[in-house]
Amino acid sequence: MSVWLIMVICGLLTFGLRLSFIAAEGRVTFPRWFRVLLPFVPVATLTALVIPELLLADGALWLSWRNTRLMAGIVAIIIAAATRSVLWTLVGGFATLALWSSLIG
Amino acid sequence: MSRAVKQEFWAGVRALAPLLVGVAPFGMIYGVLALANGLTPAAALAMSSILFAGSAQFLFCQLVGVGAPATVMVAEVGLLNLRHALYSAALAPRLAHLPRRWKLLLAYLLTDEAFAAISHREAESQPSPDRHWFYLGAGLALWGGWQLSTAVGVLLGARLPADWPLDFALPLTFIAIVVPLIRSRAMLLAAGVAGSVALLAAGLPFKLGLLAAALAGMAAGWWAVDKA
Repeated sequence: MSVWLIMVICGLLTFGLRLSFIAAEGRVTFPRWFRVLLPFVPVATLTALVIPELLLADGALWLSWRNTRLMAGIVAIIIAAATRSVLWTLVGGFATLALWSSLIG
Repeated sequence: MSRAVKQEFWAGVRALAPLLVGVAPFGMIYGVLALANGLTPAAALAMSSILFAGSAQFLFCQLVGVGAPATVMVAEVGLLNLRHALYSAALAPRLAHLPRRWKLLLAYLLTDEAFAAISHREAESQPSPDRHWFYLGAGLALWGGWQLSTAVGVLLGARLPADWPLDFALPLTFIAIVVPLIRSRAMLLAAGVAGSVALLAAGLPFKLGLLAAALAGMAAGWWAVDKA
């Protein structure tokens, strides 16, 4: 199948997910298990993306203070919890990454 | 346009602007990654309009690079973007009164970043009959920033210095979105299980570990609520 066709299918699917509840509001009621599951979707998918970025290097677990991404990630988590600001989390995370890299480099 | 409409629209643009600090480097690295995985510049640029979802576009490129089957690609992109259904559910009551063309447009523009800006606005200010203009301002600001930064990435391609850790913008943005969401033990459990399974299953082909981890995390959260 061509990359273009798969791309369009993925695009339509994504648009469908974004439109789903907005279009169905007031017309469809969803089963209880679905409404219970839904709030966990962002946390589960985004954490599944983030954790390997912080803890894996070339596919292997790297638990070390020399792991600059892990250190920057921990600082970012603390900043995110304290400020709830995307901007400060980004600034603090990148600053820690740069600082830590130069310190251990 | 009335003054109130303009005010809401530009408030949306301004609310989204700081988030572009993370979007811009990630858009650029996406452009580079797309070409490196064999997509044409036209396909790389078109994807930013057709999918308009940074993490899914990143995943799509990686899956093209490893020659994943079409079914795997659609399933993984679908699961990764399932969270947009939650955003859709959260906004649905506020958009119910709008004509269909508004619903279609705002649904298309619904992203992690736009939703974060909108949620913040709803929590911080009085309800407004022109709030959909705020959504539009935030959505269009992100759309424009995303198209621009991916175009820069496609144009510069391999000329961007390889040792710039631009790709780190995505985990940082997601940390900023996820951490405030973890306000219950069930949420913490969902995050812990998703993260652990993601590490354990990282070796699976075609990034299927991501699929397993996300499903396990959702199941854990569901189990915790159901038990309580």
